[in-house]
Amino acid sequence: MNRIGALLLGLGTAAVAVGWYITQPVGLPETVSERLTGDALAGERIFLAGGCASCHMGTEDDADPKLLRGGAEFVTQFGTFYAPNISPDPEHGIGGWTQAQFMDAVMRGVSPEGQHYYPAFPYTSYAKADPQDIADLYAYMQTLPADATPSRAHDLGFPFNIRRSLGVWKALYMDRDWVVTGDLTAQESEGRYLAEALAHCAECHTPRDALGGLDTGAWLTGAPNPSGSGRIPAIAGDEFTWTAFDISAYLETGFTPSFDVAGGSMAKVIANLGQLEKSELDAIAAYILRAGQR
Amino acid sequence: MAFFKVISGAALAVALAAPALAQDMNAVQARQGQFKLYGHNLAVLGGMAQGRMDYDAEMAQTAADNMFHLTRHDQSRLWPEGTDSSAIMETRAKAEIWENLDDFTAKFVALQEATAALQGVAGNGLDALRPAVGAMGATCGACHEVYREES
Repeated sequence: MNRIGALLLGLGTAAVAVGWYITQPVGLPETVSERLTGDALAGERIFLAGGCASCHMGTEDDADPKLLRGGAEFVTQFGTFYAPNISPDPEHGIGGWTQAQFMDAVMRGVSPEGQHYYPAFPYTSYAKADPQDIADLYAYMQTLPADATPSRAHDLGFPFNIRRSLGVWKALYMDRDWVVTGDLTAQESEGRYLAEALAHCAECHTPRDALGGLDTGAWLTGAPNPSGSGRIPAIAGDEFTWTAFDISAYLETGFTPSFDVAGGSMAKVIANLGQLEKSELDAIAAYILRAGQR
Repeated sequence: MAFFKVISGAALAVALAAPALAQDMNAVQARQGQFKLYGHNLAVLGGMAQGRMDYDAEMAQTAADNMFHLTRHDQSRLWPEGTDSSAIMETRAKAEIWENLDDFTAKFVALQEATAALQGVAGNGLDALRPAVGAMGATCGACHEVYREES
């Protein structure tokens, strides 16, 4: 082999090595989980704010929002995702997971087997959460009923079915900084934590680019509905005219200012989020109005 | 003649998308009027529940009575087959309604039961009104979730 060939081979090997390195799934530092003890009682609030049940409860009409057997389907341009069973069943759910494994999954999108999760699971939002809150969530979810329904494999085409490629996606889009920044009031900051880290409003209400990353420049300005007709409405920008009272009252009761009643995915969101303290809903409302001023 | 074929094809497409039958449009407009009347009364019931207006026992009871009676209006001529959102632009009623009429009916019966419960407590104070309004709203949402197009 001549020198140039050897050089090219060397460079190629180095590129593959770098690619392998940046795409490897990385969890939280081990010390994070070690120093935390979860409080199940406090975790219920995180569960409601995080909207876990909205996606992971069963699909039948009278499904119990605390029985997280999964099965809901999410049709996207990349394929169809199926919400997995995250009940405490040791075989089909997450009953065998340690707190550290749970925190890696929720806050870094890394499975106990060391693989990337698809960002249909909004770990890019949960990554902004206080680790104590996620430890509390772990403790709470261990108290929920177990269900032995097997999770259904996602139905994705090439190249999206290669999980390792999600390392590139994470490098591009996983940003743990707040989107709405500046001089926020205490109430707006509280709302920002609830909305950006837990309730993940933006995951549906913000448009995505061709690779499925959120367009943070168009934060909360509405988006096409990936799995159905119509649009997910703007909650920022000129066409959104609700007051803080309207937003908070809507999240609490499901009634819009014109006394229409939420349907679609938002009905499930409200079923959970509406159980938070009124002051927390007011804080989310304050944050949403603040986000609209960007 | 390829051009002519394109033109006649386009004309055919226009003909197939012809306006809905007048009697179908009447039914669509009538049922939309029914929902507008629900909304008119919810402005009182939801308004009190949300704290937009002060609780008034008489107003609340009247609005709850209205909801009870409005939801007893016979529905059989309001939902003719073929009046779904794929055929008629002005409606958000999904075709799934006619594929699952039993379930659609069951969800409507749930609304009727919720308005009956609301009618029983609406005049008994705000603390009695709020959960009953919430329970009724949940029956609205349960149907919208499955059978109404997003706007």
